[in-house]
Amino acid sequence: MTLSLLILIPLLGGLLAWYSQGFNPNLPRRISLFTLLGSLAYLGILTLTSPLARSSQWLFDESHVWIDRFNITAHFSMDGLSLVLILLTLLMGLVALSSAWCEIDKHQGFFYFNFLWTLAGIIGVFLAMDLLLFFVFWEVMLVPMYFLIAIWGHENRRYAALKFFLFTQAGGLLMLLSTLALVVFHYQETGLLSFNYHVLILAPISSPMAIWICLGFIIAFLVKLPAFPFHPWLPDAHTQAPTPASIILAAILLKTGGYGIIRFVLPLFPDAVQFWSPLMMSLAVLSIIYGALMAFSQHDLKRIVAYSSVSHMGFVLLGCFSLNMIALQGAVMQMLAHGLSSAALFMLVGLIQQRFHSRDLHQFAGLWRYLPQLSAMGLFFAIASLGMPGLGNFIGEFLVLVGALEQHASFAVLASLGLILGAVYSLRMIQKSFFGPFRTQGSDLESPASTADTRIPLTSTSEQASAKVAEHAKPPALPSPYPDLSLKEKLTLMSIAAGLILLGIHPQPLLDMLEQPLAQVLAYAITGSAL
Amino acid sequence: MIEITWILVLSGVLFAIGLFGLLSRRNLLFMLISLEIMLNGVALIFVAASSLHGNVDGQLMYLFILTLAACEVAVGLALVIHIYRQQQDLDVDKLTKLKG
Amino acid sequence: MNSLFMNDLLMNDLLMNNLLMAIPLLPLCSAAILILFQPNERWTRILGVSSVSLAALLALLLNVQVWDEELFIIQASLGEWLSIGTSELASQHAGSLKLSFGLYLDPLSLVMITIICCIGALIHVYSASYMIQDADQCRFFAYLNLFVSSMLILVLADNLVLLYLGWEGVGLCSYLLIGFWYQKTDNNRAANKAFIITRIGDTAMLIGIILLFYQFDTVNIQQIQQQSQVFLQANTAGENQLIALSCLLLFAGAAGKSAQMPLHSWLPDAMAGPTPVSALIHAATMVTAGIYLIARNDALYQLAPQVLMFIAIIGVLTLLLGATSALFQTDLKRILAYSTISQLGYMFLALGVGAASTAIFHLMTHAFFKALLFLSAGALIYCMNHEQDIMKMGGLRKKLPLLALSFAIGCAALASLPMTSGFFSKELILQQVAMAEQPLLWWGALLGALFTALYSGKLFFIIFMGKPGHAPSHKTPAVMGAVLIVLMILALFGGIQPQGILHQFGELTLDSSSGLTLLEHGLPILVPLIGVILAWFLFGQTRGDKPVNRVGLGRFIHSGWGFDTLFSSVFITPFKKLTYLNRHDIIDASFRALETVSYRLHLMFNRLQTGQLRRYSASLILFSILAIAWGVIR
Repeated sequence: MTLSLLILIPLLGGLLAWYSQGFNPNLPRRISLFTLLGSLAYLGILTLTSPLARSSQWLFDESHVWIDRFNITAHFSMDGLSLVLILLTLLMGLVALSSAWCEIDKHQGFFYFNFLWTLAGIIGVFLAMDLLLFFVFWEVMLVPMYFLIAIWGHENRRYAALKFFLFTQAGGLLMLLSTLALVVFHYQETGLLSFNYHVLILAPISSPMAIWICLGFIIAFLVKLPAFPFHPWLPDAHTQAPTPASIILAAILLKTGGYGIIRFVLPLFPDAVQFWSPLMMSLAVLSIIYGALMAFSQHDLKRIVAYSSVSHMGFVLLGCFSLNMIALQGAVMQMLAHGLSSAALFMLVGLIQQRFHSRDLHQFAGLWRYLPQLSAMGLFFAIASLGMPGLGNFIGEFLVLVGALEQHASFAVLASLGLILGAVYSLRMIQKSFFGPFRTQGSDLESPASTADTRIPLTSTSEQASAKVAEHAKPPALPSPYPDLSLKEKLTLMSIAAGLILLGIHPQPLLDMLEQPLAQVLAYAITGSAL
Repeated sequence: MIEITWILVLSGVLFAIGLFGLLSRRNLLFMLISLEIMLNGVALIFVAASSLHGNVDGQLMYLFILTLAACEVAVGLALVIHIYRQQQDLDVDKLTKLKG
Repeated sequence: MNSLFMNDLLMNDLLMNNLLMAIPLLPLCSAAILILFQPNERWTRILGVSSVSLAALLALLLNVQVWDEELFIIQASLGEWLSIGTSELASQHAGSLKLSFGLYLDPLSLVMITIICCIGALIHVYSASYMIQDADQCRFFAYLNLFVSSMLILVLADNLVLLYLGWEGVGLCSYLLIGFWYQKTDNNRAANKAFIITRIGDTAMLIGIILLFYQFDTVNIQQIQQQSQVFLQANTAGENQLIALSCLLLFAGAAGKSAQMPLHSWLPDAMAGPTPVSALIHAATMVTAGIYLIARNDALYQLAPQVLMFIAIIGVLTLLLGATSALFQTDLKRILAYSTISQLGYMFLALGVGAASTAIFHLMTHAFFKALLFLSAGALIYCMNHEQDIMKMGGLRKKLPLLALSFAIGCAALASLPMTSGFFSKELILQQVAMAEQPLLWWGALLGALFTALYSGKLFFIIFMGKPGHAPSHKTPAVMGAVLIVLMILALFGGIQPQGILHQFGELTLDSSSGLTLLEHGLPILVPLIGVILAWFLFGQTRGDKPVNRVGLGRFIHSGWGFDTLFSSVFITPFKKLTYLNRHDIIDASFRALETVSYRLHLMFNRLQTGQLRRYSASLILFSILAIAWGVIR
């Protein structure tokens, strides 16, 4: 019961949250908070108390009989990779909860039920070591997400939710078919009927069909990632989803795609991966460049961030198929850093939307004037996402580029265009939203303040408004019409920022934790056998 | 002993009359009656075949069809009455709510 | 040069290490405090100025400590950054990558940190006075401190990736400071332009670093230099193609940051920032990072002589571009910006002919006199109530004597009149070029010197001589004056003793017995004088208030040789158009087409479902008959 408890806690918490709505509409969110904190505490206790066996890749293992006839088991295992991603899931769950706290005001119980069940599904995906079980959790995280978008979303939510559902479902179906084909071929070759990852990995199938089975898996994960031709669901889903759902989508849900490739595709199909690697790397490069180009042309903030996710996840794909240690480490680091930075950016867009009722860059500008703290945070995370050294995203992109250059130099060089284009769209976003004269859709709050001498700009931030300086320094401190960050928001964003800095300056503990699982994966992917 | 051919012709004619009625009448009630005529035309063949082959199965089948027809008429008439109450009309060409 | 690697004087003194670590960390901590706690204005100024001043003191202390050492290397480590594949577990499938936060101090970086800290401290003091009326000082000093810290990390880094961290850090701070007055859209445009153009170079440089990593299996700068020395001695020409390529990529980064052609066009626009920022970042320190990078990797560049030649050519072209464009500008700060571009061109020329020490020497004197010029310009702009057009000024020497003096010294040094600091360094560069036997480059540099003298003379004569224009509205504040006086002394005498701080590059010679002809000796001394005299006759007495209309060549040169127009029409406009055309995502459209097709099919088949019971029954019967018939026929 060690690992399944990790999934059961949010599942039960979700049911409880739904049930508790009848007593008090504020109860569900508190229950969710305690559920997440409880899960975190449990995870902490689990990893701290049990001895970390350095000799083996797997920290925990748990198996129950499920469908005996087909030798399907409820098998959970956890290694460094799963641990890191589950940690990310729970932490970003907390961030999403923080942004949901005040934003969600209808059907709270059902919202938090879906919220926690999505998280449970994601944790299940990271733990499941039986292919059918994996598929089940893959669906479990999908359906509640559909409801989150379709019920609490913005103006065009039905369309977006349906699009999200269809794309992922098509991918999921492909994955189910490939799973069955894999098991059947494996049965034919070894006489051993098993859905178990640990069994399948030992004897990779040698049939020529392996290439196509592998492609089925890859496409399912590419849809989730999302990579270039399968990305159109993402901008719509992100734009229409409520902020907490956007955070979960960007920060965690996309990572299941990268996780799937690393965990299943690479070790299960060593030959097919070699075969597909050039194509996948070119798709990755296309994602990087295309996503960045699309992000440049958008004027909906959420769409910009969504397309930038496509661009950043391209680096993950590039890293996964570069098939060496540095690139693989880079891919995982990029997943973590992108999880943090995109969650923060979506949260910021949500905050802007709360204040201005719009995400459209044409509707507002110059937010720094009245919202200096929010804008400073926006600046920080935009800079982080364009890959400033010293922050987490740089580590990811740098390592991926180093690894990719060894495998295919031309792809790495093309991918580095993404760094330039990333700067282009990030700076455009910063400039259009935070800088320039203040403006909103309806009212022009700022009377053009003495344009003759704008060299000394008339800024008044809440902190500095009290100081008294000579004649033309400042206007009388205008009462800011829009509230700046509240303490809760500030704390949330600051801790994400701290996380990014930590990832950028001192990633070594994470790299150490990831080293053994990734080395194992590489060993299977390159030589087809364990280390 | 009437020749089997005549009986077949009779039942064929009955079936055709029913078919024609089903396709040409627009009143739901008459369509139901035409359906009954078709059913009876088929049932007649069962009886005739049973006496030709000296096998009781055909007559047994006739009893089945009889029961079935009774049930069908009961349900059908109930529906017809309900439709009439709702729509004040039994013209099938006007009952096109299930159009796609 | 050869004795560099002997490790004869590896100092592992604990005190020195701590000193070294404290230098970049002090401004960093202060920046963090300013950002996080946002103290009031008084404390902001105190904190911002004192942290950098303290760092400057420490740097000077280091100078005193190692004053009598011929060669020294001080290393300190701020900890590990990351290491991958170093354990035996993973090493079978991967090369190992190891990065650390190591600091490395040798004479070259000592010169750099001394310049950065001292000029930085002076400019911080100056800014405290210059920005006193600004409401947002906290942000200003935070950015400025962060800049100094990143710049120090850049020059102290012992590996290329850490150098890249500092490199991007200074780029970011430059971006933030150019756009410091964020309410003006033009400033933001200039900031974006600066960041994006330098980012293009930086990305090339990152690729270059990764290539070098695969060539040398390390990113540690010293190890790369040692290995390239070995290559050079072994004369293995086989692998040089990739090394040359990575050298070229590194130079692309340097060209972006140091505003060399064709990546120069951001620097004139970057003058939108506050003037102290222009002085610190866009004249004295950040733009010289490119020079530092190539000087630091000197041994590596020896392996790629063709790249060095390329650098020299770019340098000459850039110095001509900068000098001619400066001649046609009327905006005070833009003149100085173009002159910076041109002086940087001189430095790259020196690097290109293999005289790294001379380049660094010119870097130092340039930092002195250009900081002086910019700060004087800032004071002048302040006094003239934010007027930047020199055509509206004139005859100011009586009203602003201190500024007149400082401008005179600055312009003289810029024009490299004899006995100023600029004279020594530029003279040396010309001498080195002549010794490298590249006559075309030499004449180009000489022509540049003529133009330089011409525009420096023009600048001074128009502002301070001639008929009076607008009257100054303020007096020069005392703090600014004090800073200017210190810089005047440096600009005058900073070039006298180059050997004292340039031990590292042994080949530095000022002797006249190097086999140069009289022409090659005399012309570089004469040309600036001729230029200044020419400028006196051309601009000395005119009061140029008349509107300048430029046609043809004049406009071309004024716009910085039309690079902005070129980029805009070749890259920016097509990029914008293309992305705008595709703003609804063509891939999405194809998936939507799938949806449309299925909807059309749905409509088509929908027509069969009429809802008419009789049609249904008729088709039922029809198809039953057909089915029976089919069965019978078979």
